[in-house]
Formats: sequence, C-alpha cells, structure tokens
Amino acid sequence: MEPLERYRPIIDDFDAFLAACERPLGNAARVNTIKASVERTLATLEDEGLAYEQADWNPRVLRLETGSPGSTWTSFHGFTHGQEEVSAVPPVVLDPQPGERVWDCCAAPGGKATQIAALMDDEGTVVANDNNLGRISALRFNAERLGATSLAVTNDDARNYSLRRFSFDEFDRALVDAPCTCEGTIRKNPDALDNWSEGAIASVAGVQKGILRRAVQATREGGTVVYSTCTFAPEENEAVVQHALDEEDCRVVDFDIGLEHSPGLTEWNGEEFDSSLERAIRIYPHQNDTGGFFVAKLEVTA
Amino acid sequence: MSDESTGDREQNDGQRFDRLPATPAERTVEGRVSREAVVDYFDDRFGIPPETFDDHTFWEKGAGKIWIYGGEAPTPLEIEAIGMTCLRTRQEHWKPTTDFVQRFGTHATDCVIELDREEARAFATGEDQEIPRWDGDWGYLIGAHEIGVGPEGRPGRDGDSAELRSANRSSGQSTREDAVERGNLEPIGIGLYVHGELRSMVPKGRQREL
Repeated sequence: MEPLERYRPIIDDFDAFLAACERPLGNAARVNTIKASVERTLATLEDEGLAYEQADWNPRVLRLETGSPGSTWTSFHGFTHGQEEVSAVPPVVLDPQPGERVWDCCAAPGGKATQIAALMDDEGTVVANDNNLGRISALRFNAERLGATSLAVTNDDARNYSLRRFSFDEFDRALVDAPCTCEGTIRKNPDALDNWSEGAIASVAGVQKGILRRAVQATREGGTVVYSTCTFAPEENEAVVQHALDEEDCRVVDFDIGLEHSPGLTEWNGEEFDSSLERAIRIYPHQNDTGGFFVAKLEVTA
Repeated sequence: MSDESTGDREQNDGQRFDRLPATPAERTVEGRVSREAVVDYFDDRFGIPPETFDDHTFWEKGAGKIWIYGGEAPTPLEIEAIGMTCLRTRQEHWKPTTDFVQRFGTHATDCVIELDREEARAFATGEDQEIPRWDGDWGYLIGAHEIGVGPEGRPGRDGDSAELRSANRSSGQSTREDAVERGNLEPIGIGLYVHGELRSMVPKGRQREL
C-alpha cells in the first residue's frame, strides 16, 4: 500500500481509504438486458437460491453472494456478466442512445462495450477496439455470449485509429477506458501495486493522452467522449484530460451519478488544471465499498 | 480466375466479411448462401419468423461460417468480428450456433425440446443423453428449459412500474418483450437428436457445471 501514501493530502479520511483497500471485494455482476430484463434475471437468481443485492444507483448492477458467479444459469444464459460495480459507471455516463455510432477504444475484455450495446438496446453500431490480440478473443467470447449483435471488433492502436474501413467517418460518442496503473483494483487484485513506479505512470500517461486525443478527433461536434481509468494518479487522470483540453476542441461537462464521490483535482504537485476538472469524479474504495475509479465527461466542440 | 465449373463466380475469401446476397440469383461467390436461404432455414426448421431479422444483416467470413450483425458496415470488410456467428453452411446439414439460439431462439416454435432440470444441467455440461420422448424431426434441435418468470416479467425498460408495463402490454406498445410466447422457456443451446439420443453441441468453452 506504500505507493498510495502520495494521495494522503487529497483523500478525505485517508485511514478509512487505506483500510478499504485492504479489504477484498465481493462479486458483482451487471444484468445484460440484451438477453433478459432485470426482473427476469432476479427471478432466475431466486430460482437458483442465489442471494443478491441491487445497487442503489443502478438497478442493473448486482452484488452477488456466491463463490462461483460463472457457474450459474444466469451467467450461462448471458443474463448476467461479472463486472465490478464501479466498472459499470463509465458507460452510464457515456449515455449512448439506440441507433448511434459509438467507439470503445480500449474495449477488451468487453464488459463496458457490451454494456454500451445493452444501453442502446443492441441497436446501432458499437465499434469495440483493442490493440491486444490476445485479449480480443475474450472480447469476442463475451460479446457472443451476451448476444451483442450491434458490436464490431477491431484490433488496432487507438492512437492512430482509422475509420476508413467503415461506411461513416465519425462517431457520436467514444469511451476511453484507458490502460492504466490500476491502483483502484487493489481490492480485486492484490498484486496491482507490485510493479508500481512513477516512471510507469509517466509512460502510460503518454499513451493515454494519445488515445484520448484521437477519441476527441474521431467524435462529431456536439458528441460525447468519456475518459475513465481505474487508478488514482492525477498524472493519468486530470493531467490527461487537461492535455486534451489544451490540444483538441472539447470541454469538460457535468454529470450526475448516484454514488458517493469526490470532485476532480485542479492542482497536483504544483501543476494547475482547468477549474472545469472539478466536474470529473473520483470514486474511492471507502466511499461506496467498491473499487476506485476516475471518470470525466467531455463534449466535443467546434 | 474463372473456369468452366464456376462460371464467372469468385471464390470465397476466408479473411474478410462479405455480405450475403439477398437472393440466390444475386450470388457472385461460388457456394455462398443467400440471405433469403438463411432466413428461410430459420423459419422452416425452427419457426422463427423472418421479420425477426429485419434489423440484421448476414455475412460470410470463413468457408460457410455465417455471421449476424445489427450495425453499419460496408462490404467487403476486413476486421476481427461483427455481431456473432450464427450458422454453419457448406456442409450437408446446416448447423446453428449455441450463441445464436440463446439470442434468437426465444422466437422459435418448432424443433425446441424442453428439458427438465437434470437434463438441462447435463446438456449445459456437454453430455449426450437418451431422451426417447421426442417424436418430431431428427437433426438439430434447440434445447430449452423453464427458468425465471414468463413474458409477463419482461418489462419495457428498467425502472418501469408494473402498472406501466401492464398498460404498455395491453396497448400493444411492448413488442420485443412479448415475443416470447413459450412461457418461461429459455434456450440453452443446440443439440443433435438422432436414434433417441440428444447430443449436446454446446461448445467446450461455453460448457458449465451448474
């Protein structure tokens, strides 16, 4: 937990934060409404004698009391998909609509891409991209199991992504759920901080900036880009969004989410960020007993 | 590239997605099935109404591997995947995929075999089993079981109240949710039925101990 000490000055009730990071996380699942309604899914879970709790902020997010969430009929039928509770936040903030063209730049293994397809009632085009071929097979497996027929899978570097292969030349929305140092997943993966270094942060931040810039460029004027990570480092969060504000035509916009959170930072280690970054949210593990996440919502401007 | 036997038809390029021709008359690739043939097959064999697929296109990538897609794309297209694989053609008996019947099999009225609790479990784990009671056609069947609640439990949108759902139903507004007319039956996957035996075709990676 040593690397997390650098966040003591910015996190309220830091001891509660550290204590939460040391507690393991339970199993969460998202209801896949492409296959079944929430009601039918809950009835199926009850048939199987599985206890669950519905998240207050989203009726499609469940906390499951089982040791093997994959060996259930709801999972087999694709009614549910194992997905961390806060991991379901970025697609909700993206708010995709049926019929739209949406790009998930870093999509594997597909939890958020299939959530986007479900939010669109599986109508429209969800381009799920990932640069890692090995992870593409997991993405494809999940997309087919969850019945997402609106989803197209590509294997490219999002930083210089070409839309020439499609019959349209811009997206309505894009999700950049960027590769990151994953500090916020420590409760799920106790090894998450093993290779932590400030150098690793700096290196991944460069990639994040490139992907977010391309996502803004590939989205139509008035369209929405959501930037998210599962890490706390301001270098990978506010500083990346600040870079997009400096280099591309976009602005940070407000959104509501029914989860406890803290505002984005406007300063870190002597670096100042635009005051609009307060509109981003930081979700810490002790606030909702979840993993950690950062989410910013951008509107593409002229 | 053309010769006597193939006329002026092209050969299938297994590396890319090509949209199926609407009808056999519009075929330009040797051995490729048409959209019409695919939709008719699902209708003839399983009673899935053709309009079920009005918002979807069908594609071939790989010899006889047919994909169903709901998004936008030009043809041909060279990417990793679109939608899901739904059918194997270019073999004696066409074979639907488990993922396809899980997604669209709720619309089926024919060749659906209802399995009890233990049979359903065995089917999902990939076991073959003796089931002498089937007196319909042999060949590929959809294995299904009773699960959860029936169509009355399928709301239009999450968060709709029960009263609103009921109002939507009586006014005919809710369409997709009411498509399931087989009570609580939910498709599990594809099985091959011959000589009193139902062989589970659920692929290895999809099999589960339940």
